[in-house]
Amino acid sequence: MEAFVQEKPAEELKPPITEIGVIGWIRNNLFNGWFNSILTVVTFFVIWKIVPPFFRWAFVDSMWDTTGKACRAGTGACWSIIHSNFRFIIFGFFPYDQQWRPLLAMFILFGLLFYSRDRSHWSKYLGYSWLVGLFVMGLLMKGGLFGLESVESTKWAGLPLTLLLSVFGLTAAYPLGVVLALGRQSQMRGVKWLCVLYIELIRGVPLISLLFMSSIIFPLFLPEGITINKILRAQVAIILFTGAYIAEVVRGGLQAMSRGQYEAAESLGLNYYLTMRLVILPQALKIVIPPTVSILISAFKDTSLVVIIALWDLLKTTQSVLSNPQWMGFSREAYIFIAILYFLGCFSMSNYSRKLEKELSAGER
Amino acid sequence: MATSQNEAFIEKVPFWLDPKKRAIMFQIFIFCMVGLLAYYLVSNTMANLQKQKIATGWGFLNKESSFEIGESLISYSAASSYGRALVVGALNTLKVAFIGVVITLILGTVIGVARLSSNWLISKLAAIYIEVMQDIPVLLQLFFWYAIFYESLPSPRQALCPVSGLYLCNRGVAFTIPEAHPAHKYMLLALAIGCVVVYVIRRWAKKRQDLTGKIFPIFRVGIAIIIGAPLMVWLAFGAPTAMNAPQLVGFNFKGGITVSPEFIALLLGLVLYTAAFVAEVVRAGIQSVSKGQREAAMSIGLRPPLVLNLVILPQALRVIIPPLTSQMLNLTKNSSLAVAIGFPDFVSVANTTINQTGQAIEGVALIMAVYLVFSLSTSAFMNWYNKKVKLVER
Amino acid sequence: MQDAKMKEPRVSDAPMIEITDMHKWFGEFHVLRGIDLTVKRQERIVICGPSGSGKSTLIRCINRLEEHQRGKIVVDGTELTNNIKNIEKIRAEVGMVFQHFNLFPHLTIVDNLSLGPIWVRKVPKKEAEENAMYYLEKVHIAEQAKKYPGQLSGGQQQRVAIARSLCMSPKVMLFDEPTSALDPEMIKEVLDVMVELAEEGMTMIVVTHEMGFAKSVAHRVLFMDFGQIVEANTPEEFFDHAQHERTKLFLSQILH
Repeated sequence: MEAFVQEKPAEELKPPITEIGVIGWIRNNLFNGWFNSILTVVTFFVIWKIVPPFFRWAFVDSMWDTTGKACRAGTGACWSIIHSNFRFIIFGFFPYDQQWRPLLAMFILFGLLFYSRDRSHWSKYLGYSWLVGLFVMGLLMKGGLFGLESVESTKWAGLPLTLLLSVFGLTAAYPLGVVLALGRQSQMRGVKWLCVLYIELIRGVPLISLLFMSSIIFPLFLPEGITINKILRAQVAIILFTGAYIAEVVRGGLQAMSRGQYEAAESLGLNYYLTMRLVILPQALKIVIPPTVSILISAFKDTSLVVIIALWDLLKTTQSVLSNPQWMGFSREAYIFIAILYFLGCFSMSNYSRKLEKELSAGER
Repeated sequence: MATSQNEAFIEKVPFWLDPKKRAIMFQIFIFCMVGLLAYYLVSNTMANLQKQKIATGWGFLNKESSFEIGESLISYSAASSYGRALVVGALNTLKVAFIGVVITLILGTVIGVARLSSNWLISKLAAIYIEVMQDIPVLLQLFFWYAIFYESLPSPRQALCPVSGLYLCNRGVAFTIPEAHPAHKYMLLALAIGCVVVYVIRRWAKKRQDLTGKIFPIFRVGIAIIIGAPLMVWLAFGAPTAMNAPQLVGFNFKGGITVSPEFIALLLGLVLYTAAFVAEVVRAGIQSVSKGQREAAMSIGLRPPLVLNLVILPQALRVIIPPLTSQMLNLTKNSSLAVAIGFPDFVSVANTTINQTGQAIEGVALIMAVYLVFSLSTSAFMNWYNKKVKLVER
Repeated sequence: MQDAKMKEPRVSDAPMIEITDMHKWFGEFHVLRGIDLTVKRQERIVICGPSGSGKSTLIRCINRLEEHQRGKIVVDGTELTNNIKNIEKIRAEVGMVFQHFNLFPHLTIVDNLSLGPIWVRKVPKKEAEENAMYYLEKVHIAEQAKKYPGQLSGGQQQRVAIARSLCMSPKVMLFDEPTSALDPEMIKEVLDVMVELAEEGMTMIVVTHEMGFAKSVAHRVLFMDFGQIVEANTPEEFFDHAQHERTKLFLSQILH
């Protein structure tokens, strides 16, 4: 048996040329194996067939600032429909000269959202800022105080309405969901079954049926003479709907809590309310932040359904522009535009949720 | 001694401090509040209904509907009852849901697997598809596809004909189908018998493998039989190739099968949207199986198809099936959006019924009941499946 | 640990594994730099070294879980190339035991063990199960045959993993840090099984930090650092008279 002692120093060599760099990358990622090679070739062919014509339609031949008539004469995309009707699509019927108000409200919302992204900013003050912010936003929309002209809620439309329905929807649905989840976990049989009934019922039906219920049946629930405006009806339906989904997500968080936490709180003498508020909920809710963001994304997308009960959200303002004879026939362009808006919103939220998930799981080590 | 100690412990606790009694009192309180609220709502409702002279009860189901329905799987006319109209709507919902689920499963699985492909191009394209389709509301997608039909496709006279026998126009899509022929019945029979035969052969092959260890190429043989048997029947009948092609007659197509733009738009929108979510579920499921499982399987010498079948898929499916059934349920619930583009699904028909009879409560209750049946049966299935495949642990 | 073992491999046999000037890169990172290694039949080798030295990568190259870019690997006369047939032939003769066991959780213990023989060696089910029971007895775990991996402790699972590899009648067994993921009280039961295996004359390459095992069972101890084999010697010489600077540094860090 020979002993061996290494003489040479550990020199680092460069890998063979076919392994690294551009060639290596292409070889390993696009042409590794005959199946992948064929796929790559076919895909490039398909892309070549589709992308250049689309590019020509969308950018080269397109018109950005013309009339509908001129657009019809051309072959490219008619982005003028967006350009000419932009304010209506975004703000709907809000009085033209007062549109700075919903704009400001949206800026406040985006500002708060942007600030809240960094978890190190989360504190009591942020919570208060949100409350104040929401109040100010409501004020800007409604008016009637501080010299702001009052604007009826029937005139609220477009993007502000979509944001309003989603944000208030989630904000109000959250406590509802938490209460339902706690009820479902409760030892009290009666309360538990009530919550189970509610959650399974709401989760089993499509949102559209709740919207129908809210717009047609809610008025019947109220005594004569009292009416609630259309937006509030839809908002209540969205809150009831979202609350059930939040309940399920929070239930997952509660179930993930170890028994030890409950026992520790009990041995400290904390009652149910204090146990939940101080010990269990802070931890459980933190665990389920990612799925909660995903519910927010769904709520944002689901607001588009209010078009069916004739509420003037972003989708409906767009559709009414399309029914204008001057702009008829350019649905593709209009829908692509608001698709981009929705996509930007949802994508930034889902990106954020992924980032959060990474952060939270890293902290769990 | 002992007895007196026991007596000392069992002191009388006033009932308002006893936790159990408090719980009961709390629940009674809750029930009373709910009951009061319900009473308030119901009495208001009854009063309002009376005022507006709206009928209650289910009698309207037998009344004549006097509205037409664009497409129906069973015979229906404006003289049929509301009840029948609702059945037509429900059947349409099932039609869309069934076809939608099948196509979505296939498309979603392909995209999910593509997302995991080692081919960078394919993987990135799949990722883009998933991200984009998930982030655009499904209703917007429905409107988009519907608008494509109405605005971008020409009239039947100038219909697009990408392949011979397939016509795209703003009245829908017209396909060529094989001309009805007695051979088809027998081909179907051959297919059914083929399936049974394959099943039997599978069992025999498994037994044989257990006994002798020899592996029978059941997959190839099975495919051969399932395709071959109907093929043989077709050849035996003289290989009839007569096709029933759509012909332009006047302003529309006759012959072949025409599918309405509403149906196609609904199907496209639902399938493309849901497939993105299914792709994520499939991807997550496959990735949930740790790399080590594949390595261990390869180390004992299993070939890739066997690694997939025996080790990866059984574990991946456990993770995939529950969220997958949720997505299928979502597709069914989203089909209710058909009301927005005029496809006569159940919600759409119920909506028309409500508008005509004014009986909103019964109508909405019916809608909820029908969808609840779908959801609850899906939940029951999921629970059963989860119990059945639960991995046994300490 | 017992001392009775066959110390000298049979000199007349051809080598079991021959690695010549093998290099491997992960992207730009040169992880294995010119490995030359010959393993004779029935020889037992322990490889140690700091993390990142490439020891796991080295043995994973032997059964093609990792692909080498330069150099030659020959296992029992078959060269390891991109040829699928060669790879499968080699994999059937090389058994591997992983740090995290990698038992198939959806199958019973018996099914875990009989999977390979049934589907690769095409053995009838009954025979495969008898084979499985034989090896389960060998690793002293026959009573758990019908259980599922999730019901066993770490030490039990690892012993099952060893039995699973043995069911394929391999000529070489590779061990990738087999006890690193185990609680201390379970390490001994696994090492005992490995010692029994050694006594029966199995060719073994073990990547481990268990120096006691190396001292009592190994023919050679290899020290790897920065992708190279820095020093190789008999256990006595290695631990008591290490020659290379880096070897001495490493030993001082782990033997305190």
